[in-house]
Amino acid sequence: MTNLTDDHYVDSAPYDANAETSAPAHPDLDAPNWLLIWRKFRRHKLGLISAVFLAISYLMMPFAGFIAPYTPNERNADHLYAAPQMVHFFHEGKFIGPFVYPETATADLEQFRWVYTSDYDHPAKLEFFCKGGTHYFLGFIKTDRHLFCAPEGATVFLWGADRLGRDVFSRIFYGGQLSLTVGLIGITVSFVLGISIGGIAGYFGGWIDWVVNRIIEVLRSIPELPLWLALSAAVPSHWGPVAVFFIISIILGLLDWPGLARAVRSKFLSLREEEFVRAAEMMGAKPSRIIRKHLLPNFASHLIASAMLSIPAMILGETALSFLGLGLRAPAVSWGVMLNDAQNLASIEIYPWTAIPMLPVIFVVLAFNFLGDGLRDSLDPYSHD
Amino acid sequence: MPIIRFAVFRFFTMLMTLVVVSALVFFIMNLPPGDYLSNLIAELRSTGQESGVAKVEFLRREYSLDQPLWRQYLIWMGFYPGPHGFSGILQGDFGWSFEFDKPVSEIVGSALWLTVLVNVAAILFVYMVALPLGVLAAARSKTWVDYTSAFVGYLGLATPNFLLALMLFYYGHKYLNLPIGGLMAPEFEGEPMSAAKVKSVLLHLIIPTFVIGTSGAAAMMQRLRANLLDELSKPYVDTARAKGVPPVKAILKYPLRVAFNPFVADIGNLLPSLISGSVLVSVVLGLQTIGPALLTALKSQDQFLAGFILLFVAGLTLIGTMVSDVLLMLLDPRIRYGGRDR
Repeated sequence: MTNLTDDHYVDSAPYDANAETSAPAHPDLDAPNWLLIWRKFRRHKLGLISAVFLAISYLMMPFAGFIAPYTPNERNADHLYAAPQMVHFFHEGKFIGPFVYPETATADLEQFRWVYTSDYDHPAKLEFFCKGGTHYFLGFIKTDRHLFCAPEGATVFLWGADRLGRDVFSRIFYGGQLSLTVGLIGITVSFVLGISIGGIAGYFGGWIDWVVNRIIEVLRSIPELPLWLALSAAVPSHWGPVAVFFIISIILGLLDWPGLARAVRSKFLSLREEEFVRAAEMMGAKPSRIIRKHLLPNFASHLIASAMLSIPAMILGETALSFLGLGLRAPAVSWGVMLNDAQNLASIEIYPWTAIPMLPVIFVVLAFNFLGDGLRDSLDPYSHD
Repeated sequence: MPIIRFAVFRFFTMLMTLVVVSALVFFIMNLPPGDYLSNLIAELRSTGQESGVAKVEFLRREYSLDQPLWRQYLIWMGFYPGPHGFSGILQGDFGWSFEFDKPVSEIVGSALWLTVLVNVAAILFVYMVALPLGVLAAARSKTWVDYTSAFVGYLGLATPNFLLALMLFYYGHKYLNLPIGGLMAPEFEGEPMSAAKVKSVLLHLIIPTFVIGTSGAAAMMQRLRANLLDELSKPYVDTARAKGVPPVKAILKYPLRVAFNPFVADIGNLLPSLISGSVLVSVVLGLQTIGPALLTALKSQDQFLAGFILLFVAGLTLIGTMVSDVLLMLLDPRIRYGGRDR
């Protein structure tokens, strides 16, 4: 900058006629939407941690068979209700790597329960990348390699064994495959129904809107669980586990769409009057194109946040249904099916580890809630705290 | 009186909804292939008990299960004469439970009242917990009070109801000597009301109420907190403080009243989830409500019993929602002359 004699200041840089004069003062205004959302979301620590936790949980699903030392329905008749085993590193003060003490069961005929005694003289070193029961790595590669397993003559029940001597730790990994997917399938069904029905009602209005509104009101006024129960009781008992799994997820989604449809509808009602919609209509765009290209992107982010908040309800729903015996059935493993074993007070008192599957349920549900909260807070990047 | 007009209008919409719900329930009950009686006939035939078949065929005609589906529905509801004239739900005949071989009304009789009792207790619990905690969390926001209540609330939201029930049951019995199972001590069952019986029922209600209400209370508390925080940041609250209005009064006098509105309106969302929870918890805790009966009926395709219970549960929700709508009108003068909740 140069100071001229008459107290005027002039930029000494040469004048450029092509320079952008409309560049915003604030670079943030030019950043793409997702970047702004990400910057804001990053500050929501709990949401960020939850997102990472959920990402890890879902990424682990295809590798469940590899991480789990046992296959889900592998019974171990000598270790019914075995207590959780610790993994030790030091044997008599000497480091020998991860190992467990083998356990043998003796029947306590006075209290009618199994008593396990550890053999502290013969530490059994864990083996890595060892052979065990066959499973499908990534869902299609048949293999019998496991990340770790117990050597011959010992067992590794990190979180104990259930009434048939099945490893709770392994079953939780396998159970996660179903329990976590239920929410995804359910939310897909709910999304498709909610967006299309809510969108149609909001866009066309009139009698369609009236009818859809009445349907939404009726569905929202009925308690969900009894309806879920009734619908799942209608699933024929001769269907295979996979079919049952899909139909249960769809049932969970079928009753979830009204809330979403209502939100979509009210958004549509307000957006429909905007100029850009008018313009698109004048250019001859079809309703389906306007809905998809012009309306939906406007509040897609809100929909994602509300999805994050409905997934946990479905996970809890599946757990409840399976717990009551009307959801997924025995050869299938889900967290609800596992908890079915912990149904009575006796197992909670004597074998508390059979209730461990409740921990992943609680953590996943909490994580979805925090993530949803975080997303909701950060989705409108132009608003200030 | 616009309030009475509104109440009457609301009542009729509720009845209409109930009719639609009844059709939906009937449809769902008939979704599974076959029904209880056909299964029974098949079973009798395969075991060679031809004599029993005649009785079942009689039942089939008696309950007009041989009619087309739409007529079955009308007869069940009492809109259309069955073999014995009009005798459907409208006339107070709830049908026959094939599973228990008794009239439905006999099975659900006392359970209906206990169901209402459990749910009313749960609603009271939700309000009694959510109101003070929500206000406290907003008034002392970003302090340990706020964080603790949020944490407990989230935990309540995330823990599956039935597990919470089992654990509270176990620990409640172990440390507080709370009774286990049922809604009253066995010696009071079928006895007339007495002070001792009431006490027994109240003691048994503690854990179920807590379990059913926790998640609802958590959600309600969060909402009240958010609303109140919005309200507290408005200039008139600053003015009040600057004028020297005592802090408690500055919160209770106006901000709370404004924030309170959604609190009542929200009962429409709260009730279905509470009733869902009560069905589940009843099954786990063995309460003599309609929950366990519903589960048995659904598993054995006992359509009249299951249908009636589903309808009752839906009716309970609809009535609760209607009451809350009318209450909202009384509470908030601004809504009174405005349009209907659209």
